[in-house]
Amino acid sequence: MNAIEVTDMTVAYGEKPVLWDVDLEVRKGVLMAIVGPNGAGKTTLIRAVLGLVKPAAGQALVHGRPYAAQRSLVAYVPQRGSVDWDFPTSVLDVVLMGRYGRIGWVRRPGKVDREAAREALAQVGMADLAGRQISQLSGGQQQRVFLARALVQHAEVYFMDEPFQGVDATTEKAIVELLRALREQGKTVVAVHHDLQTVPEYFDEVTLLNVRRIASGAVDEVFTEENLRRTYGGRAALFGRNGA
Amino acid sequence: MTSGQIEIQLIAVVVAVACALPGTFLVLRRLALVSDAISHSILLGIVLGFFVTGDVTSPLLLVGAAAVGLLTVVLVSTLERTGLVREDAAIGLVFPALFSIGVILISRYADGVHLDIDAVLLGELAFAPFDRLVFWGWDFGPVSLVVMSIVLGLNVAAIAVFWKELKLSTFDPALAVALGFTPALVQYGLMSLVSLTAVGAFDAVGSILVVALMIAPPATAYLLTDSLPRLLALAAAIGAASGIAGYWLAYFLDASIAGSMASMTGVFFVLGWLLAPERGLVAAARRRARQRLEFAQTMLAIHLANHEGKPEAEVESRVEHLHGHLRWEADFAERIVRGAERRGLVVERVGSLELTDAGRTLAADAVSR
Amino acid sequence: MSGDLLAIGLFSDYTLRTVALGSAALGITSGALGTFAVLRRQSLLGDAISHAALPGVALAFLLTGSKAPLALVVGAALAGFVGTLVVMGVTRTTRIKYDSALGIVLSVFFGFGLVLLTFIQRRPDATQAGLDRFLFGQAAALLRRDLVTQAVLGAVALAAMLLVWKELKLLSFDPDFGQSLGFPMRALDVLLTSLLVTAIVIGLQTVGVVLMAAMVIAPAAAARQWTDRLGLVALVAGLFGAAAGVIGAVVSAEAERLPTGPTIVLCASAIVLVSLLFAPRRGLLWREARGRRDRRRLRLAAVLEDLWTLERQHVDGAHAHSAAVLAVMSGGAERSLAELEQQGLVRRVGDEWALTDRGRAEAAGRESR
Repeated sequence: MNAIEVTDMTVAYGEKPVLWDVDLEVRKGVLMAIVGPNGAGKTTLIRAVLGLVKPAAGQALVHGRPYAAQRSLVAYVPQRGSVDWDFPTSVLDVVLMGRYGRIGWVRRPGKVDREAAREALAQVGMADLAGRQISQLSGGQQQRVFLARALVQHAEVYFMDEPFQGVDATTEKAIVELLRALREQGKTVVAVHHDLQTVPEYFDEVTLLNVRRIASGAVDEVFTEENLRRTYGGRAALFGRNGA
Repeated sequence: MTSGQIEIQLIAVVVAVACALPGTFLVLRRLALVSDAISHSILLGIVLGFFVTGDVTSPLLLVGAAAVGLLTVVLVSTLERTGLVREDAAIGLVFPALFSIGVILISRYADGVHLDIDAVLLGELAFAPFDRLVFWGWDFGPVSLVVMSIVLGLNVAAIAVFWKELKLSTFDPALAVALGFTPALVQYGLMSLVSLTAVGAFDAVGSILVVALMIAPPATAYLLTDSLPRLLALAAAIGAASGIAGYWLAYFLDASIAGSMASMTGVFFVLGWLLAPERGLVAAARRRARQRLEFAQTMLAIHLANHEGKPEAEVESRVEHLHGHLRWEADFAERIVRGAERRGLVVERVGSLELTDAGRTLAADAVSR
Repeated sequence: MSGDLLAIGLFSDYTLRTVALGSAALGITSGALGTFAVLRRQSLLGDAISHAALPGVALAFLLTGSKAPLALVVGAALAGFVGTLVVMGVTRTTRIKYDSALGIVLSVFFGFGLVLLTFIQRRPDATQAGLDRFLFGQAAALLRRDLVTQAVLGAVALAAMLLVWKELKLLSFDPDFGQSLGFPMRALDVLLTSLLVTAIVIGLQTVGVVLMAAMVIAPAAAARQWTDRLGLVALVAGLFGAAAGVIGAVVSAEAERLPTGPTIVLCASAIVLVSLLFAPRRGLLWREARGRRDRRRLRLAAVLEDLWTLERQHVDGAHAHSAAVLAVMSGGAERSLAELEQQGLVRRVGDEWALTDRGRAEAAGRESR
């Protein structure tokens, strides 16, 4: 059984199709990058799997069953820019949100939850900053807070939307280590990724997406000039394997 | 109709048109609620002007009130720039404070004069014909008609003269800067027009109606057209129609004229919302139903194209499969397949679907966009 | 009125006590729930809701023929809720933006409310007296039954807020993440809006529809400056709201011709002003002082480093240099040197300046860092 199985996924915003008939299989324990130009539907694909947008057709299975039945197996790291970092709350508080699904309605986070949150913060190298107001964090620290929030979900499958976007070198290294640690534990990670150069280094598999699925599979086989050209169209020269 | 009735309707039309013109730019620039802020805070300007001149008819009142209107805009953007509060909160902090000071000053020190709180909200359109401008024995008509005609003339002139700048800075602020226009200058010029119009209209129709006349007709027009000249013309026409219809509604109900005019702008808006030829709810629902079918047919073509010539094609192109994989209900899938067949996109051979050349072209076009 | 007199007045006078308790209830509720509106950048939704409530009050009176607080409050709440639904519907189904949608709802609903009010007033069985206090509020007219309604509704709204506190935090900070966890974010949005509507309608009688928005925005905007914890922001906002409500209402009830709504709003505005200026860390004065301190530190450090650099360029160690040389290297040297001398980091050598041993250690340490 695959970790993720997307079949015939089609999504349209209003009259404009963003994803056309996309299939995707991700095996368990794999780090997969989703790569493609702006407006290729990368974020939409993740959001559709998570039920955040309603697909016009198709379905997504997580560990063999629809997402709604498997929420406890899935963690989500949205784009860092999607929230207001001036919101009056602390680092620990944000990480605790990852436990809310487990805690359920009305009940408040308890001691166990706080311990889990501190542990996750330690894992991303932010144990000292638990009490810090989130507006005082650097971009990289914000990203690590989001990762810690996903870690406390103790999930099997992790969806990350541009985790490397605009982070410093320390954070980038921390995230890479985290990804490897997750793989060692047999977890599955699907990440939207922009930096083509680092794909072979950071990920095992890659899906090239531009409204349709162009190619998907092991990085060695799929991440070729030819496929990149098909994904990025005429601008392929700019995005060659060694380009930025 | 008595001459008084005609004059009231004339004032209503002039006020509505004068408001719709700058209001159109507010709606396009997402500054609609600035009209709310300005129309409230000018009350303070009127009161202060009254204290200085001791005369409610002095033209200085207009100037003072318009200045306070501008001050509101400056205060809001100053507050926003501190980074301590966001724009929406800044608006909501500034105008209630200024308005409150105005109301308190009126009720404590100006009671019994021509200013009272009901007039602030309701306006006094019904009495407008009695307040006439008479010079050297000549009757130039009701004061508010004269004032609002001048304001209307100013608005038309300013929009005509600065047409290029207004248009560019509204639709493409970045390009406007690149070309050397100063958006801030255009912005404050526009705000001056809004203030002046609000002050002039305030006396006739009260503060809340100013908001209705500035926002609702342009928003309604925005549902009907894309071209800026037509937008202005339609907004003015809808405003004028609301004015006349509002007057008669008030006449038959024996109710507030200003309130009735505001209600009529709402009625016109709802009509536009439902019935606009392209963007109305009814048109959109019809189009969606049609598009849903076309979209599904295209999807079918793409689906078949994706699997054509691959080993799994045998399974993927069976009609029953559509139910399982595309999540289509059986009868919906049936309708789509029959429709696609009629359009010559697919042919069915023993329960299995095959793309025609037309279908293949459609699929390729759809995904390449 | 002095504080003592106020306190005595509060506890001895039955009317005043009713007024104070009612205003406290409305202040706490609107302050606490306003926190979410302000943080979600929906500050002015409160303005639309409160204006939209007016026709609800009038219709409730027309239909039930009663001025029972519960009937009027329910009418107001329903109308306010319909208003927010219209705002959501317009923004979701048309290209009209949020600000215009709010402007249309607040002005058109309010205009319709005025039509109904004037219609009621001019009916022969004019038993309406008192409905127009919903415009600007009238604390002195609060009765015990009004107080009970306000307190009960406020308590219910606050209890509901506390019950789903964690979920509301999620909704306000990261709704997509909340949805991915399986919490129904749209339902929570509707719930939070309903609570906000409740908070607003219980204040209408005291503050009035025109200014109630300020009671949603001002306490929360002020409280945000003092603390970085959501819970504390809501708590402090509630306290600020209650303080503004009680002080404003009591002053207004005691003084002559001081309308309640504007008085309360001015109290709230004063709290905002003080918060924006003086709140530790975020406040403008605080920030200015910190900026000055930072600039001074940088200025002194620059001079110290210059001296250190010059000293190392000369063979004879503790060489002295004129202020003019240093002024060339970094401006404002004279004053900085005097300040450094006070700290014992530099010393005068005739007309010139040299580092002391401590100054040298400081400069060396700074460089190695």
